[in-house]
Amino acid sequence: MGITVSLENMEKIYERPKTLKDKVMHYCPGCGHGVTHRLVMELVEELGIQHNTVGVAPVGCSVFAYYYMDIDMQEAAHGRACAVATGIKRMMPDHYVFTYQGDGDLAAIGTNETIHACNRGENITIVFVNNAIYGMTGGQMAPTTLLGQPATTCPLGREQAANGYPIRMSELVAQLPGTIYVERVAVNTPARVRKAKKALIKAFKSQELKKGTSFVEIVSNCPSNWKMTPVESNKWLDENMLPYYPLGLYKDEISGE
Amino acid sequence: MAKVKGAVIINTENCKGCGLCIHACPTDTLGFSKEINSKGFNFSEMIKDECIACMSCALVCPDAVITVYRMKKDKAV
Repeated sequence: MGITVSLENMEKIYERPKTLKDKVMHYCPGCGHGVTHRLVMELVEELGIQHNTVGVAPVGCSVFAYYYMDIDMQEAAHGRACAVATGIKRMMPDHYVFTYQGDGDLAAIGTNETIHACNRGENITIVFVNNAIYGMTGGQMAPTTLLGQPATTCPLGREQAANGYPIRMSELVAQLPGTIYVERVAVNTPARVRKAKKALIKAFKSQELKKGTSFVEIVSNCPSNWKMTPVESNKWLDENMLPYYPLGLYKDEISGE
Repeated sequence: MAKVKGAVIINTENCKGCGLCIHACPTDTLGFSKEINSKGFNFSEMIKDECIACMSCALVCPDAVITVYRMKKDKAV
């Protein structure tokens, strides 16, 4: 048994957000999706927008996001979350609308919808969780899989000649005139989690300006399909993913420059 | 500066034993339990009374099972 500490004279400084339903998430131990779900729900609670936020869940590991997030949610067909969010936002312009997508959903089957939604400057927030692999279907190669990274469909590692280069979505959408805020963050250390939350808050608040799309890419881990322990996978993310997907702000036109 | 004293309460039944909080803890307050919860995971628990209420464990916890407490300022020694 661990030690028991008396909570007398103690104040609560952090707890699970109430906007996150009291359910055990189906994600594997150590998955970055859990952290991202929590961050999105924390900001919904802090900004007090639980009753006028609509989320669009994708197909992929996060397909059951609507089981955990205590807000209005809509499930979209594979890759079509941005298109569905466009419709919702146009009908309810006073609502905060966001899509929550993985890399297989947003960068493979839904690249078309994503790029056009960003190019039209739809007033939505896109939360893009990049873990460089197809998680739910069993670890196949995704467009974001790194060169040399093994996956079930490229067991010897991804080769450029056969499979092309990993796609950098943040750099791509930052070039489009329709986006106003593009940032890439990670969730593998406490400091980066704090930064990620700030970026998400900024992205959600930018919807109030009605000036364009905000896009936050979250570099995350996939311990099960990378075949590592959660701690090892976070280290691997640091050493391999971040050199190819550098963290940082790619576009910020919120202040009006 | 007086040392901040804190404590964490972990919902051990929902903990999946990923160990990210143990790795993130700067004071090695947390450790794996010897027992298992009903899902068969060795959950995370306080093994020392050295918590400084930095919230690092709660920030990296993917299952949001950690609640962090801090000693009230006027009560600190």
